[in-house]
Amino acid sequence: MNFFKRTIPLIIAFVMGVLMALQYYVPHKLSQDFLEVVTRWDRIIAGFAVFIGAYSLFHLHWTRIKRRVEGWGYSVFVYFGATITITFGLINGGKFFWNDKQADTMFDWFYYYIQVPAGATIFSILAFFIASAAYRTFRARTNESTMLLIAAIIVMLGRVPIGNYISTYIPVIADWIMAVPNLAAKRGILLGVSLGAIATSLKIIFGIERSYLGGGD
Amino acid sequence: MIKLKKLLVITGVFFLFSFFSVTAAQELPVFFIPPTGFKAFDTPNDAGETISLTWSISPNDSSDVYYVIYIDKSKDGTFEKEAARIKSNAHYRTAAPEIFGYKEDNGNYHYIQINPWKIFNEEKSDKNQVYYFKLAMEAGDDKIVLDTIASATAHGNWIHTKKINNFVIMIILSVIILYFIVHARRNPDMFLRKIGGLDAVDEALGRATEMGKPVLFVHGLTGMGSISTIAATNILGRIARKIADYDANLKVVNNDPIVMSVSQEVVKESYLEAGRPDAYNPDNVFLVASEQFPYVAAVGGIMTREKPAANFFIGYFFAESLILAETGATTGAIQIAGTDAFTQLPFFITTCDYTLIGEELYAASAYLSREPMLMGTLRAQDVGKGLSIIILVLGTLLASFGLEFVTRLFEVF
Repeated sequence: MNFFKRTIPLIIAFVMGVLMALQYYVPHKLSQDFLEVVTRWDRIIAGFAVFIGAYSLFHLHWTRIKRRVEGWGYSVFVYFGATITITFGLINGGKFFWNDKQADTMFDWFYYYIQVPAGATIFSILAFFIASAAYRTFRARTNESTMLLIAAIIVMLGRVPIGNYISTYIPVIADWIMAVPNLAAKRGILLGVSLGAIATSLKIIFGIERSYLGGGD
Repeated sequence: MIKLKKLLVITGVFFLFSFFSVTAAQELPVFFIPPTGFKAFDTPNDAGETISLTWSISPNDSSDVYYVIYIDKSKDGTFEKEAARIKSNAHYRTAAPEIFGYKEDNGNYHYIQINPWKIFNEEKSDKNQVYYFKLAMEAGDDKIVLDTIASATAHGNWIHTKKINNFVIMIILSVIILYFIVHARRNPDMFLRKIGGLDAVDEALGRATEMGKPVLFVHGLTGMGSISTIAATNILGRIARKIADYDANLKVVNNDPIVMSVSQEVVKESYLEAGRPDAYNPDNVFLVASEQFPYVAAVGGIMTREKPAANFFIGYFFAESLILAETGATTGAIQIAGTDAFTQLPFFITTCDYTLIGEELYAASAYLSREPMLMGTLRAQDVGKGLSIIILVLGTLLASFGLEFVTRLFEVF
C-alpha cells in the first residue's frame, strides 16, 4: 500500500519535475509537444475534479440545511441558483445541451446581469476597505510610520493632477519613490521568493518535502 | 553653323540619356535604392518552425514604402506567394537581441521571422525542405524585385543557447541546496532566526481551542501547479497536525477542486498521524466557489457567521486579499497571512497580526517541522541570497563605469 501511496507518487513527482524543468531549456518541437500533452492532461484532470468540487459544495450545503445550522437559509439559495443556472444551461436556448453553446440565452442573461454585477459590487467594496486600512496604517506613531505616511501622501498626490498644480516636483518625487526605493524593496522580496521557490521545487522533486502527499513520512 | 551643331549634339545627348533612363526605369524606378545583404537562415533556439530573414535598410525607407517577401519551394519557381508585407520603417534587428545581441548597427538592418508552414497551410513540413525567398520594395504602383534569392531550411533546436546562463545558475543553486541538505543531516543543530508569524501559530491555535471556535484556513486563488499553493498545503499539514493534537476545529476553504482534494488528503493524514482519525471531518475541507468574488463573498459570510478565532491566509492572493483580511479583522480573529504576492503584502501587513513575507512562506514548512533536511534548504537560500547580493553590488559598480557585461550575463530570454 505504501508503494502505491508514497513510492509511485514520489517517482512521478521526480520524473515529471526533472522533465518539466528541462523542457524549459529545450525549444525543439518534441519538447513543445510534450508540454502540450501535459497541459492537456492537466485540463482533463481539472475537468474531472470539477465533479468532486461540485459534490463537495452540494454535500456541504445539504448537510447545513438538514441540520438547520445557523444561516442554513443561505444554503437554500445555493441550490436555488445552481438549479436555475444548470437548467437553463442544459436547455441551451431551446437547442438543448448536446448542441453547441447558443448565444444570448437566459444562461448568458444570468451571467451578465446577476453574476457580473454581483462580482463588481464585491470588488467595489475594496475601495472602502482600502480607505479604512489606509487610515489605520498611516497614523504617524513611529518614525517609520511617519516616513511611510509622507511617502504615501507624495505618491498619491503625484498620481493625480492636483499634485502637479501644487508643485511640478511632486510627480517627479513620486516617480522616484516608485522607481528607486519601492522597486528595490520589491526586487529584494522577489529574489527571496525565487530562491525559496527553487528550494521548495527541489525539495519536492527529490522527495524531501512530502507533506503535500498527506503526512510527513 | 557652330551653334546649330552644338544644339544638335545637346539634343542628341538629351534623347540618348532619356532613352536609357526610360529603359532603366522600367527595370528599377530611379527613386528606389534597393537594400543589400538579403539573407535567410534557420531561426536559432526555436522549435524548427520559422526562418529568419534580414537585409540592410535603404535610404528610401518610409511609412509609404513597403517590403514584400515572396516565398517558393523551388529556386526556379514563380515566387507569387506573398510571405509577408511590412512597412519599410519597421522591423529592425534591435527587436531581436536574443539573435543579434546589442550591436550598435542593429538599427541598420531589417529583421523578420517567417513561418512557411502557415503560409503553405501545411500541418507538418518536410524538415529538409528548403524555402526560397525574394525581396521586393513597393510604393504605390512602383515596385522593384531584388535579384537575390535567399534560402534556408527550418530545423528544431535541442538547446536554447540563450538560456544557458539560466541553466548554469539553476545548477549552481541546486548544488548549493543539495549540499546543505546533506550537511544538515550530519549537523542537525542549526540556528534559525525567529519568524514572528510562525511562532504565533501555537498562540492562535491555543486561543481557538480555549474559545471553542474554529480555525479558518484560506487558500489563495492559484491551483496546485503553483509553488505558493504547494507551500500553503505544506503549512496546512503542519497546522492540521497541531489542531488534531489540540482537539480544535479546522475549516479549510478552497476555490479549486484539485487543491481541495489535496487539502482533504493532507488534513486527513495529519489527523491520522496525531492518532485521531475519528476527529477528521471531510466536510470541513470544502469548495466554496470557483470564481474570485463569489469566493470572497462566501468566505466573508463564513467569517461573519461563524466568527473563527484564528484566520490563516496562506497562498497566492489577488484583489480579494484586503476584503478577506479586513472582514476577518472586524470579527476579532487572530490573523496570520503568508504570501509571495508582493502586490498584496501591504494589505496583509496592514490588516493581519502577523505576515509571512515572500520567502518566509516557503520557509514555514521547515520552521514548523524543524526537520534537519528541510532546514538545510533555508541555509542554502541564505547562501544564494549572499551570492545574489555580491553579484548585484559588483554589477552595479561595473555598470557605473560603463561595463554592462554583468547585466548581459544575467539577461533572461
